[in-house]
Amino acid sequence: MNFDPRYSGRNFTSVGTRPLRPDGVDKVTGRARYGADFNMAGQLVGRVLRSPHAHATIRRIDTSKAEKLAGVKAVITAADLPDLTDGDAAMYDILDNCMAREKALYDGHAVAAVAAVDARTARQALKLIEVDYEVLPHVTDVDEAMKHTAPLLNDAIFTEGLEEKPAKPSNVTKRTQFGHGDIHEGFGRADFVVERSFKTEQTHQGYIEPHACVANVSSDGTADLWVCTQGHFVYRQHCAQLLGMEASKLRVTSSEIGGGFGGKTHVWAEPVALALSRKAGRPVKLVMTRDEVFRASGPTSATSIDVRIGARKDGTITAAEATLRYSCGPYAGMWAEIGAMTAFACYRLENVRTVGYEVLVNRPKTAAYRAPSAPMAAFAVESAIDELAKEIGMDPVEFRIRNAAQEGTRSSYGPVYGPIGIGPTLEAAKNHPHMKAPLGKNQGRGMACGFWFNFGGQTCTDLNIGMDGSVSLAVGTVDVGGSRASLSLVAAEELGIAYEQVKAVVADTSSLGYNDMTDGSRGTFSSSMATISAARNAIKILRERAAQMWDIPIDDVVWEKGHAIAKGEKYGNLAALSLREIAAASGKTGGPIAGHSELVADGAGVSFATHICDIEVDPETGATRVLRYTVVQDAGKAVHPTYVEGQYQGGAAQGIGWALNEEYVYGKDGRLQNPGFLDYRIPVCSDLPMIDTQILEIPNPNHPYGVRGVGETSIVPPLAAIANAVSNAAGVRMTHIPMSPPRILAAIEAERGGRWSK
Amino acid sequence: MVEVTLWGSLGAIAGGKSKVEIEAKDIRELFRKLAEQYPGFEPLIEKGIAVAIDGTIYRDTWSKELPQGAEIFLLPRLAGG
Repeated sequence: MNFDPRYSGRNFTSVGTRPLRPDGVDKVTGRARYGADFNMAGQLVGRVLRSPHAHATIRRIDTSKAEKLAGVKAVITAADLPDLTDGDAAMYDILDNCMAREKALYDGHAVAAVAAVDARTARQALKLIEVDYEVLPHVTDVDEAMKHTAPLLNDAIFTEGLEEKPAKPSNVTKRTQFGHGDIHEGFGRADFVVERSFKTEQTHQGYIEPHACVANVSSDGTADLWVCTQGHFVYRQHCAQLLGMEASKLRVTSSEIGGGFGGKTHVWAEPVALALSRKAGRPVKLVMTRDEVFRASGPTSATSIDVRIGARKDGTITAAEATLRYSCGPYAGMWAEIGAMTAFACYRLENVRTVGYEVLVNRPKTAAYRAPSAPMAAFAVESAIDELAKEIGMDPVEFRIRNAAQEGTRSSYGPVYGPIGIGPTLEAAKNHPHMKAPLGKNQGRGMACGFWFNFGGQTCTDLNIGMDGSVSLAVGTVDVGGSRASLSLVAAEELGIAYEQVKAVVADTSSLGYNDMTDGSRGTFSSSMATISAARNAIKILRERAAQMWDIPIDDVVWEKGHAIAKGEKYGNLAALSLREIAAASGKTGGPIAGHSELVADGAGVSFATHICDIEVDPETGATRVLRYTVVQDAGKAVHPTYVEGQYQGGAAQGIGWALNEEYVYGKDGRLQNPGFLDYRIPVCSDLPMIDTQILEIPNPNHPYGVRGVGETSIVPPLAAIANAVSNAAGVRMTHIPMSPPRILAAIEAERGGRWSK
Repeated sequence: MVEVTLWGSLGAIAGGKSKVEIEAKDIRELFRKLAEQYPGFEPLIEKGIAVAIDGTIYRDTWSKELPQGAEIFLLPRLAGG
């Protein structure tokens, strides 16, 4: 990488402004093309047959009757998606999740699929497929699954991370541990100790757009895939590997995305659609229903967490520990490990230990969900922190400020921090008018902090200058939160031209080099770095062309405010050449002008946030109302502040839903009881106040403009901030998420020994 | 020579050590020498290990130099949403 990513401290012209979002009109008028909006002549309808059992051996599948039904063009099972993963365990899990092999591992697990001329025929065909199941005992609860008596999902699993390999298999795939110091010594010095156990239920990312794709495999073995995804290059890799194709023979085009939040970071239905198309010889469209989205895609972990924190009378934390148990669905994951790393990351701790357990359950394969695993850990820790502050008699903000991590602090997950923003977000929260606003009867205020790592990754960008001087920017990171606008601002900034002169598009996988997916809050961070690099490469060519036009050495040409300028008194009579003028002459000075960049964007810089929340609890019903909500977060540099605010508000809104309502409910039969938005209630506008935001800008030293990722951290504090607010309003510590009305009412009644009559 | 701290489960591969000393100028050389000295590292490096240099996490920039005296910390490569 021949690019210096260090922060330069420049002043900005375009970056930091708020142009109208370029995709807004198309999205609100229905012109924007999402995954299900693409169609091809002769396309078939794909449908998937799913297991009605939480855990069952598949003894036999008979597809013969379905194949004979008029209008059915292909039927596939796992036999049509053989294992080509070559020992890659993670890919094998993805394959098995796309189409079950020996066992169905959760209610909704795909076992067969059909492609037919229309949806009615496809549904009829599914009914004609005979599956002979041997139903097995199941387990869906994370704590139950850890017991020695629990049904085993996979008898080849022996817990990793123990000093000795266990003698028996279990549902615990791995134990991990982080920390430093001596917690026993630390707790020995504590004047106050808070010890609590917490639970959080499984939630879905709740993206409005279901998984959708159109696959077309040609007779020559090449293929196209149009799909809603967070990473079309990653989908290409996955699909090519699972179908035994060369990646270059598969072109993947990403659609607009109606939400992903981590749930569209690996394939689900796409290899199935490609396999159907390959077998049928025709294009196949496969769109999940909402029921399928809930039963078979996406959810985050359910968790069970124990926390213990000790502090001295003066408010100094002396020791902290947590044991975190996270459900992974039926396949190994690293969800508890991430929870164990993030749990205490906000604090300066001499003695800390976290232990994580990854637990298999008969639920859908756990997927990333916006700062995956961190919100649940923060809920447990920040609840205990609040309670400890109360016991000591300190203001909860002051208690956190006293113990906040700072530059030079050894983080709870290991490394020593560089410059970080937890302190400034806490100070900003402390001084925010929200903190001083009066509260009414049955109302409570809560606050909490949150941490997320942020990532970069492989990134490739093309910047093409048209002969009219307009600029096309082709990026490979899917736009999940406004990155096309932000990246256009960055290109305009670097080139010194107007934002309106730049148009950014997300290029398909055959038009651009590989890009990692848009995850880890990396979209704008990574692609802006690549855009700056591409623009600088284009500027070098623009200077060369201007030098040609003037017939002077290139070293005498500088680039300022969108113009080539001949420097030095001897060129005093030469008028500056604009980008448009140089572009117009490009056909005579060497051809098209473009800048290209491929790099690994690293050094994203960790991120912190502090949230404040006011809640009113109805003591008669346990119902809650969010009265006021404030997000304070460090953005490094807000490229397009409106989008940054949108990310802050979106994270808070999702967190409010998670904290108060959202929950996977399983019956005793192991089947999901609420796979739809009527029974799985995400917040709507009338549930939410206007969410206030405060952007802090503490530059990231590893980005030329100081940019940090902003997309994920905002979902980390809400569970805890809301739990603290509800606990303060109701007068009882809430330890189970979601805090739905029955759960709040039960907690109140348990605390007071009867119905609350205050 | 740089001192490299290993996260919990990596220590087992290095014979129970939590820190190892390696003569390496950049991440690429660090990984190569780690795999030579402790072959158990090879599949993990293949799957992905992140390197924190003075607190900044690098996942893929194997050309990143390891300054003398810097704190080098190996971490799991994490997923994001």
